[in-house]
Amino acid sequence: MDWQGQKVAEQWMQIFLLVSAAVAFVTGYVIGSFQLMVLIYAGGVVLTALIIIPNWPWYNRHPLNWLDSSEADKHPKPQPVVNSGNKKKNNKQK
Amino acid sequence: MHSFGYRANALLTLAVTILAIMCAVASFSDTFNSPSPTAEIKVVNIHRFQKLSNGNDEVAMVLNISADLQSLFTWNTKQVFAFVAAEYETHKHVLNQLSLWDTIIQSKEKAKFSVSISNKYRFTDQGSNLRGKEFNLTLHWHVMPKTGKMFADKIVLSGYRLPEQYR
Repeated sequence: MDWQGQKVAEQWMQIFLLVSAAVAFVTGYVIGSFQLMVLIYAGGVVLTALIIIPNWPWYNRHPLNWLDSSEADKHPKPQPVVNSGNKKKNNKQK
Repeated sequence: MHSFGYRANALLTLAVTILAIMCAVASFSDTFNSPSPTAEIKVVNIHRFQKLSNGNDEVAMVLNISADLQSLFTWNTKQVFAFVAAEYETHKHVLNQLSLWDTIIQSKEKAKFSVSISNKYRFTDQGSNLRGKEFNLTLHWHVMPKTGKMFADKIVLSGYRLPEQYR
């Protein structure tokens, strides 16, 4: 799952759970059945789990584009300066 | 949200949190229900009234109990426990309570009833105070909701009197 996919998955999870909770509560309250509320919400949670948890292809539409390894060779990592450590030690002793 | 386990954990946590909120709101919705239960109890017959060998008075009576507790039931009510208590005052204690009969009502349909029963539990005074005693018959009930706290109330029916003589 890429970065964009993770963001979308989290948002969808929150929206789906809240909507199913609201639908379940209103339906249960209007019909007067606590059991129905719990069943509708349980269904909503299972559906959300199926949409959110597996690594579906629509979460992988924005892959990270890494630079080619030849670019790293052209711009080598800067090396630390060797005598900077000695200077610090001398200052402390003074 | 980068892994299977992390997503499953996040989903479960949010789902259970929302469920807890739904239960709290369901419990709160009970406050909009203002019940108006009614009850009527008749003492049909006092068929035994005697002094036991240990000096205590005992009464056996037939009661006709009619009650309508349907308005106590909401969508969040699991069951209602109801009991009829005889309540009287003696010189020693201000309030003496004796449970005579009880029932568990599990649905709204069964909350309107009329029964004729002899007392389920013995009506025995600790002492010999019952002759000519005036007493109340009180219908108590405890509402047990599916979520939220239990609450109790009662209807006091007064003006009953035991006979002056044993029989």
